[in-house]
Amino acid sequence: MFGIFGGRFVAETLMPNILELGEAWEKAKKDPEFQKELQDLNTHYTGRPSPLYYAERLSEHLGGAKIYFKRDELNHTGSHKINNCLGQILLARRMGKTRIIAETGAGQHGVASATVAARFGYPCEVYMGAKDVHRQAPNVFRMKLLGAEVHSVTAGAGTLKDAMNEALRDWVTNVEDTYYLIGTAAGPHPYPELVRDFQSVIGNEVREQMMAAEGRLPDMLIAAVGGGSNAIGLFHPFLDDEGIEIVGVEAGGKGLDTEEHCASLTAGRPGVLHGNRTYLLQDDEGQILEGASISAGLDYPGIGPEHSWLKESGRVTYVPIGDVEALDAFQLLCKLEGIIPALEPSHALAEVIKRAPTMAKDQIIVMNLCGRGDKDVFTVGEALGVEM
Amino acid sequence: MTTRIDTRFEALKKEGRPALVTFLTGGDPDFGTSLAIIKGLPAAGADVIEIGMPFSDPMADGPSIQAAGLRSLANGHTMEKTLSMVKSFREDDNETPIVLMGYYNPIYSYGAEKFLDDAKEAGVDGFIIVDLPAEMDDELCIPSIERGLNFIRLATPTTDEKRLPRVLTNTSGFLYYVSINGITGMAAPEPGGVARSVAHIKASTDIPICVGFGVRSAEQAEAIGRAADGVVVGTALVNAVADSLDDEGLATGSTVSAVTSLVAELAVGVRAAGR
Repeated sequence: MFGIFGGRFVAETLMPNILELGEAWEKAKKDPEFQKELQDLNTHYTGRPSPLYYAERLSEHLGGAKIYFKRDELNHTGSHKINNCLGQILLARRMGKTRIIAETGAGQHGVASATVAARFGYPCEVYMGAKDVHRQAPNVFRMKLLGAEVHSVTAGAGTLKDAMNEALRDWVTNVEDTYYLIGTAAGPHPYPELVRDFQSVIGNEVREQMMAAEGRLPDMLIAAVGGGSNAIGLFHPFLDDEGIEIVGVEAGGKGLDTEEHCASLTAGRPGVLHGNRTYLLQDDEGQILEGASISAGLDYPGIGPEHSWLKESGRVTYVPIGDVEALDAFQLLCKLEGIIPALEPSHALAEVIKRAPTMAKDQIIVMNLCGRGDKDVFTVGEALGVEM
Repeated sequence: MTTRIDTRFEALKKEGRPALVTFLTGGDPDFGTSLAIIKGLPAAGADVIEIGMPFSDPMADGPSIQAAGLRSLANGHTMEKTLSMVKSFREDDNETPIVLMGYYNPIYSYGAEKFLDDAKEAGVDGFIIVDLPAEMDDELCIPSIERGLNFIRLATPTTDEKRLPRVLTNTSGFLYYVSINGITGMAAPEPGGVARSVAHIKASTDIPICVGFGVRSAEQAEAIGRAADGVVVGTALVNAVADSLDDEGLATGSTVSAVTSLVAELAVGVRAAGR
């Protein structure tokens, strides 16, 4: 538990499996063989460590702090999601499971799941909201190429929340042989913890790379939060470094005064969904709201429970960034640095653009550039009124 | 203390037959029709009434019960209205046990302690909360017991030897044996396997065991009823509501009778299972 957040709010059918996963994870964590295999895969399959890149032109353009990008968009499969998937597929194999299921929003986790399933020879089924299937079509095709079966979920608004409901229904039905590969640092314990640990490779590398590049740690960390796995991966190794300011960026959608946003920490309140207690967008009756964002990966009305705890403890500041600001940031990065970012980290970038000019030139911001934008070019084109 | 649920199962034991436990979503398709259905259940032959508290994200339910919840919510159903249905039911019936079933978030949002106090005052006897396993007993189970209310636990085919004692601890009223791994409204369970599982659990507990998930007909109710202390029917009744609605999803003159006549058929099934 993270304070009052987290927990195991699941149907009894799943409890033995979740307890078994907890035990398997405790053992694997301490097993040098497991760690070595994961490290080898990270190095030779994913291409870790990902570079820590000094964005010189963007820094000059903004005229304040030095901006570094942790370039997890250069990973195999194009985002940070592979870090977690490799760890979990090794766990699934240890547990003797024979079938993989996953939920996905933007499709990045679906692609990473399909990838590791192919690599280790497992059948894989991915649940994806119908709206996301439409707006992230390239990723749907990638999953299919990798041999996964993609289920389009039409319930609700057809986004990540609905995909997760459907994945849980599959799991409860096929619990004996199926491993549920959750993509973000949320869900019932131990998922939030193990996903965080697999993603912490991001922050651990940043520490080393920052010391090598600048001889000191950064002043500020910024990352986008949907479920919050890339953010917790960057933040966690720095939580005890009190001098470092940490900022999580939520999807402000069309504005917090509308219903079309996904700022669960800024505009939600604690509740219980998908196995954990955390901040949720919900109505007065505790019915979950749909939320909305231009970024499919941030389009989720909840948030990993550790982020709820970090918000309440005050260690991390969470702010919303709207669709329009994210789109502007997306375009700026394309033009200034020759990098097409995903829409998710474009939200983090918009916050960098706000903060960097207010900081001194010898201060340092590290932003997690957690995904590449190839998948988003159609969405961006549509938003900008470009016909393709 | 003895609750309405305890009293009802003791009486049925003397009668030598299993209970018919009916599930319907509160407020489906609208408050008035739903209340009329609930009030008609005891005369139709229901022994224990479960009222579903609708939730936007019912992760353990199949399409029928998901749709029922959405119909109810779309018509403005609330937790307060669920409780007022119970209160109204209790004006005419002080014996039939009422169990509220659902997911935790609407309760947590209402305030767990206030919910229990208000539910008790309304005349609720127990709760089945799908996403509160034994590990989360401090949330609602222990406070329920402190108020003399039953907290009914689910056991499933994955509840093995090692886990069963944990599941049985703090369970009262009855144990709800979910006969299949899966969501509500799936294939019917095979009676022989159910009988073995129930016998296995009975070796560890004296509390009544009701079996649900997938039971649709009087014949199935009879077959399952021979092996258990009660048979739970949900999706079939919810489907009866759905099938009776007009093109706009509104209740018709036959909605109430569609449910009560199916309950009457099922009641014949459980009575035939009597010893």
